[in-house]
Amino acid sequence: MPDPGPIAVAGPPELLRVAGLSAGYGGRPVLRDVSFRLAGGRRLGILGPNGGGKTTLFRVLLGELEPLAGSVACARSAIVAQTERSRLDFPVSALDVALMGTVGQLPWFRRPGRAERVAALEALRAVGLAEQADVSFGELSGGQRQRVLVARALVQDAPVVLLDEPFTGLDAPSAEQLEALIARLAQEGRTLLIATHELGQVRRWDLVLCLNERQIAFGAPDDVLTRDVLEATYGAAIVELPGAGGAILPAHHHHHHHEHPA
Amino acid sequence: MTATVLHALGDPWTEPLVRRAFEEVALLALACGALGCWVLHYNLSYAAESLAHGLLPGLVLASLAGIPLLAGGAAGILLAAAGVALAGRVSGLGRDTAVAVVVTALLGLGVLLALAPATPAGLSGLLFGDPLGVSDADLVLAAGLVVVLFAALGLLHGRLLVVGFDRTGARGMGVSPARVDLALLALLATALLVAVQGLGNLLVVAMLIAPAAAARHVTRRMPAMLVAGAVIALVAGLGGLYLSYYAQVAAGASIAGMLVAAVAMISAAAAIRRRLVRTRLVKTRLVRTPDRPGTSRAA
Repeated sequence: MPDPGPIAVAGPPELLRVAGLSAGYGGRPVLRDVSFRLAGGRRLGILGPNGGGKTTLFRVLLGELEPLAGSVACARSAIVAQTERSRLDFPVSALDVALMGTVGQLPWFRRPGRAERVAALEALRAVGLAEQADVSFGELSGGQRQRVLVARALVQDAPVVLLDEPFTGLDAPSAEQLEALIARLAQEGRTLLIATHELGQVRRWDLVLCLNERQIAFGAPDDVLTRDVLEATYGAAIVELPGAGGAILPAHHHHHHHEHPA
Repeated sequence: MTATVLHALGDPWTEPLVRRAFEEVALLALACGALGCWVLHYNLSYAAESLAHGLLPGLVLASLAGIPLLAGGAAGILLAAAGVALAGRVSGLGRDTAVAVVVTALLGLGVLLALAPATPAGLSGLLFGDPLGVSDADLVLAAGLVVVLFAALGLLHGRLLVVGFDRTGARGMGVSPARVDLALLALLATALLVAVQGLGNLLVVAMLIAPAAAARHVTRRMPAMLVAGAVIALVAGLGGLYLSYYAQVAAGASIAGMLVAAVAMISAAAAIRRRLVRTRLVKTRLVRTPDRPGTSRAA
């Protein structure tokens, strides 16, 4: 990644600086004109339609994808990916998954030892899953699986944590637990970037970034989340929910939201 | 009674030819049984079969030319890889189709060459394996494979887990999926190259895939699965040789039969056990309806 120079230290340290970023695959940008800065201890909600560039931005921040233009300076980052169905039959325990966070930090000839196991157990305790350390990953609930992946990010000791639609498919208590965990990590000085479709949550966080193939808006939720911005973000397909205190949801997503089994 | 059984088990080991067959199959079973678990979890079963079949013409040509089979097989694998890469670039032909076309063509070419009048007898050995024709050099090679493979799997264990579990997040954890894939494919190619001489072109795939498929049913952690895969392969391999020794049937076919039987039995046992556990839960009212668990409380 090209180095745009040292990161300025003033007040809470700046952990992430993106300037004029374009990124894409095969030379064609799928995301343009992204510029924002984040200090430690912030929660940034990232809104945008599917295909709007959220995943592409994450891949650039993780160093998996070189920017086509612009620059990115990012402290060490870790991702909490969506837990897909295909991984559920992989024969690993919650502790095994948390331990994976140590592998990349060890020299290639060293296997995780006692110190690494202690760190992994500590991380599981921090996300409230110490009791489930020996449970198979696939047997955990959706919310517990998300928290195991957060524990893995903690083991990586990454100051920047990316969460890719972590609330998808969670029931209300699990979502509350995850939300509290995110708040606690921010208090510890980490910066969290959370891709989501939940406008209600984004309003409770510190900052919001709206993407639709380019940066539509960036700033505090109260300043940014206007009808105009949301229409530009999601196209014109917005529905207003009359009973929800003026909350607006993107039309092609709102039917996902309250799917409880009968 | 016990003495008779022990005698029956020990008897084949007294003949040097047969003893070498047992040792060869045991070594290759350990290697294939363990490696197969990773092959299965990396969805490389098809790739393993392709590589095994693709190296047949190389083996046959080597036996025709009188050069070491190992060199012929290695050349065959490289040829197959190049063929697959080239065929994959033909537009309108899917990747799987391209692999299938190349591999089938190579297998056919190998058989055609082997049936040529000039070819020394021994095609069936290349296809189905000829454990009784194993030399001391083959045994040393197989032992070397086991040592190298186990050392490599031990060193790579953490990285194999990271990439197998979460390919997209691996880079963020400082692990390169491409390098891990390459390492695993190199191990697979090496194992095939060595094992194909003792087990044959067709049986080696069974030895890789079947024990791992069975081990999946009886274990819940990767290290345990690797051990179970190796043990199942060992038991089926040696069981097949005993069957071959006493029933006077082809060794390769007996081993393949035992491998299939092992998978069938272990899968059935796992299914029955799941059923029993479920029934017990229903009896103790932990689950109210056996077939529709989702309806237990909401109703």
